[in-house]
Amino acid sequence: MTAILETRGLSRNFGGLKAVTDVDFTLEAGEIRAVIGPNGAGKTTFVGLISGRVAPSAGTILFEGADISHLPAFRRVRLGIAYTFQITSIYAKLTVAENVDLASHQRGTTDTRSCLEQVGLGDRASQVAGTLAYGHQRLLEVAMGLALRPKLLILDEPTQGLSDGEIDNFIELVRTLSKRATVLLIEHNMPVVMSLAHRITVLDRGSILAEGTPEAIRANPAVQAAYLGTADA
Amino acid sequence: MTARIVLLHLAVLLLLFALQFIASDYVILTLTRIMVLAVYASGYNLLFGYSGLLSLGHAMFFATGLYAAAIGTTRAGLSVPEAFLAATLIGVVVSSIMGVIVLRARGVGFMIVTLMFSQAAFLTVLYFGDYTRGDEGIVILDTIRIFSFLGRTIDLTDPLLRYNLALALLAILVALILVLVRSRFGHVLVAIRENEDRTAMLGYDVARYKFIAFVISGTLSAVSGATYALMFAYAGSTLASIQYSIHPLLWTLLGGASTTLGPMLGTGVMFLLVDFASGFTNVSLLITGAVLIALVLFFPKGILGSIRQRYLKWLP
Ligand SMILES: Nc1ncnc2c1ncn2[C@@H]1O[C@H](COP(=O)(O)OP(=O)(O)OP(=O)(O)O)[C@@H](O)[C@H]1O
Ligand SMILES: [Mg+2]
Repeated sequence: MTAILETRGLSRNFGGLKAVTDVDFTLEAGEIRAVIGPNGAGKTTFVGLISGRVAPSAGTILFEGADISHLPAFRRVRLGIAYTFQITSIYAKLTVAENVDLASHQRGTTDTRSCLEQVGLGDRASQVAGTLAYGHQRLLEVAMGLALRPKLLILDEPTQGLSDGEIDNFIELVRTLSKRATVLLIEHNMPVVMSLAHRITVLDRGSILAEGTPEAIRANPAVQAAYLGTADA
Repeated sequence: MTARIVLLHLAVLLLLFALQFIASDYVILTLTRIMVLAVYASGYNLLFGYSGLLSLGHAMFFATGLYAAAIGTTRAGLSVPEAFLAATLIGVVVSSIMGVIVLRARGVGFMIVTLMFSQAAFLTVLYFGDYTRGDEGIVILDTIRIFSFLGRTIDLTDPLLRYNLALALLAILVALILVLVRSRFGHVLVAIRENEDRTAMLGYDVARYKFIAFVISGTLSAVSGATYALMFAYAGSTLASIQYSIHPLLWTLLGGASTTLGPMLGTGVMFLLVDFASGFTNVSLLITGAVLIALVLFFPKGILGSIRQRYLKWLP
């Protein structure tokens, strides 16, 4: 297996606060990796560093072997790193289809319809995005991510606000998708993590606390102490 | 849908064309002014309405065109077409340089920086009074404004000819704006206005889009300024003042920001208002201020914006 993404000594401080500290992280092409950790552990900051939304204080990021540490975010997107925001970020005044069009046009494709159908929003194409239920807005984000035809898709808490039925569909969607793309999934919902992730990385206070298969992580006492014991799942 | 939009814009231009056969001299002159300034307002709208960048300093670009044309014809010995072309090119250069600088700022910072540069430009106009003749202004002599072009004599002192030239310019502008805002480029500008972060995370080079929009907007303002100087034979420092930065904002808001015809309509309506009110008062600035406040408070979408929202959803 080959690494699609690698970080070395990756750090980010906000003033005195160390949000991400010295993270060495490797992601294999084709895997589904879950990143879990308590609130404020630095998960969003960590993927922000990878996607280019947040500038690193130190360290390097390699994507397919090339150093992307100093590339602006939009270039990383073009290289194949797509990011769906934790705090929903859509074009509220545009229609659902127009939202996804903006993504597919950037790639020069006409994937909009199929992307909307994959996430289950096929019948809402002409609805104004801002009027969608919250969970559906999350799915719209995912559809935009798909339309970018990413090699690496970063999903920051995508199932927030979804119903149980929608979560089941979502799990299926990520499985199908992982045949085409590597998936980096930040998720608080443990059943989702356990059923999807090949491996799990646990972040705590900006550092990697543990990493391994779902079974190993579940059995890890340090993880239980830091996280699972207080999990909201 | 597209046919309807094209027909609407053609109808507006045809109406303006037909008006010259019935309008009085005074109306012709006023409409000519409105059409020339509508180019300014539309250029402003591309940046403000579509891209969401509120500049408080576009007078510097209007003045760039104005003075380039006036000084070009009166001092540099350029013919009117040469001066027009030179003014346009200088407009491209000046707005490119300004774009690189001011686009570093965002939001309120952008408003302040554009305002400051525009004030600096205004003071520069006054400082170089030897060349610009300050608020007294440069008058372009009729001998310059009657010239031969491609073997024909063009007489810019002829009101009807001016009217039709202004209309031709407006027609080109309308076509340009319509094509721009309905293109992928235009859609990305709107996307940046609606959600800049998201747009960058879709892989768009937001800075580059903003820069291009800024340069087009500044250049159209310069084109309007140059046309204004050449057609009305005058360039004075009032036309470079803050008032002329507020005007296009006001016209755009009144007619409807991010509508293709709104800025034109807003320019026209504002002229009518000031004209009407000058019967009772000579404080046109007061009216300008009152309209601006009323718009922001009660009518934020402007005339065409409101019509689009309520009745004609297809309006571009
Ligand atoms: N832009 C910022 N400025 C200052 N502090 C920040 C900024 N972004 C994040 N932080 C801080 O960095 C720490 C890590 O935040 P981050 O959002 O990465 O955590 P998270 O693991 O994603 O949390 P959650 O599970 O709540 O989403 C927090 O203490 C947060 O307050
Ligand atoms: Mg987070």
